[in-house]
Amino acid sequence: MIVKRPPLSLAERLYLPAIWGGFKVTLRHFFKKKVTMQYPEEKWVVPEGYRGAPYLVRDQDGHTKCVSCQLCEFVCPPKAIKITPPGPNGTADRANAEKMPREFEINMLRCIFCGFCQEVCPEEAIFLMKDYALTGASRNEMIYDKEKLLALGGVHQDRIQKWKHKAEEAAQQDVFPVKP
Amino acid sequence: MMHWLNNLSPAWQFVLFSAIKVVAAFAVLMFMVAYVVLVERKVCAFIQDRIGPNRAGPFGLLQPAADAVKAFFKEDFTPAHVRKVFYVLAPAIVMLPGLMNLAVIPFGSRIGNQPMVIADLNVGILYTFGIVSLGVYGIVLAGYAANSKYPFLGGIRSSAQMISYEIAMGLSVIPLFLLVGSLNLSQVIHYQSGGFLNWLVFKQPLAFAIFLAAAFAETNRTPFDLPEAEQELAGGYNVEYSSIKFALFFMGEYANMILASAMMVTLFFGGWTLPIFGLDQPATALWAGLVQIGIFLAKLFCFLVMFIWVRWMWPRFRYDQLMKLSWQRFIPLALANIVVTAFVLWVRS
Repeated sequence: MIVKRPPLSLAERLYLPAIWGGFKVTLRHFFKKKVTMQYPEEKWVVPEGYRGAPYLVRDQDGHTKCVSCQLCEFVCPPKAIKITPPGPNGTADRANAEKMPREFEINMLRCIFCGFCQEVCPEEAIFLMKDYALTGASRNEMIYDKEKLLALGGVHQDRIQKWKHKAEEAAQQDVFPVKP
Repeated sequence: MMHWLNNLSPAWQFVLFSAIKVVAAFAVLMFMVAYVVLVERKVCAFIQDRIGPNRAGPFGLLQPAADAVKAFFKEDFTPAHVRKVFYVLAPAIVMLPGLMNLAVIPFGSRIGNQPMVIADLNVGILYTFGIVSLGVYGIVLAGYAANSKYPFLGGIRSSAQMISYEIAMGLSVIPLFLLVGSLNLSQVIHYQSGGFLNWLVFKQPLAFAIFLAAAFAETNRTPFDLPEAEQELAGGYNVEYSSIKFALFFMGEYANMILASAMMVTLFFGGWTLPIFGLDQPATALWAGLVQIGIFLAKLFCFLVMFIWVRWMWPRFRYDQLMKLSWQRFIPLALANIVVTAFVLWVRS
């Protein structure tokens, strides 16, 4: 294909159309509505499914859902999660769950918000929430411990409530004779 | 107070009033430098659909103060590989021409008996060009002193550019002085009084066009900002500078811009005059004197906005285009303009 390159006219060689065109564009934008968001006052509404910071959640009865299986610690690509399991005689904050983490730390400086922890969790205990502006005055402050993660995570309305049903079933089995 | 003033000898009066004028003009210039930076940031932001600085004070009006505080308190780092003497000297030399040129700019007619110009030299424009050519040393020295490749390239480009455009600039104003018959800037203004059509921009539009383009090149503004082309040279000659030394380069650029605008106002747009209400004659009353200073500043401001607007409107010239424009277009045109003007004047007389 042959691209035609017509010789420039005198006006074009004096940059006159370029000046006028540039002036028109800049003037239009000068009076246009501004796109700036006044950040700390106005905040971006994040869409559903946004992958913000991962927090731990409680179920509607106030129990810690995490059972310290350490799958998230294992899958975490940047190794941001550190779980201290309770050891042989540790118990959970409810009767029928075997254990809960003694300490659960997420280093938010390492976290890459990939969501693998949420993906892998068999108990639906960790979720990526909508927080995207995590700040701290030191590196230590950016390592969130269990209390902080649970406080930030809040309550997850669990429809299945596996452990509650298991506890009810166990309670029923304690009654004699067993109902059919 | 007045009695004491009148009893002083003329020499002492001259010293006293000159000192007051120097301090006042310097203060106004520095104030304008600070606020032109703010205007630039605001205009740039608006052109790019943004708001610009608006946190420090109402509408960001205290931003220049915040910037100054920041510039002073930042670490003044001197890299190990620089040539120390030149490294320290260069920012000062960049700042100097702007301040020195301020001396000959008539920024008003008179207040009381005092002419509103610091030094009414009868070779005003020659002095200006002499001082302006010193400006290149600051940038070349900065490029050399930094002892690293980007500043060096910036320095080389700038010396070539400034030398080329100085010639075009100097040649472009000669027809003006053929018309006026004096190099004194107050005489140039006097010549332009009495009607808008007496303004030299209408008598010498070609000279104005060349002077305008050369002024952009001399002040390193877009579309001729090759010495500090951010994209290619990462900032150019000022890469190795930090804190207040860097700020001096910045202030120097804006001071030069203001002085270039002042020169254009004086040479082509009638300086402090306005041919209505008799404002084109030296003031007799105090209010007229103040209004004329206001007129000068208003005209200056229009030019500054134009300088700023052009920066956000146009791309940069290529280096060969830049050189071609000066040597093959502006200089021959300016020479032709001189010859034609001289010929017309000769025929008329």
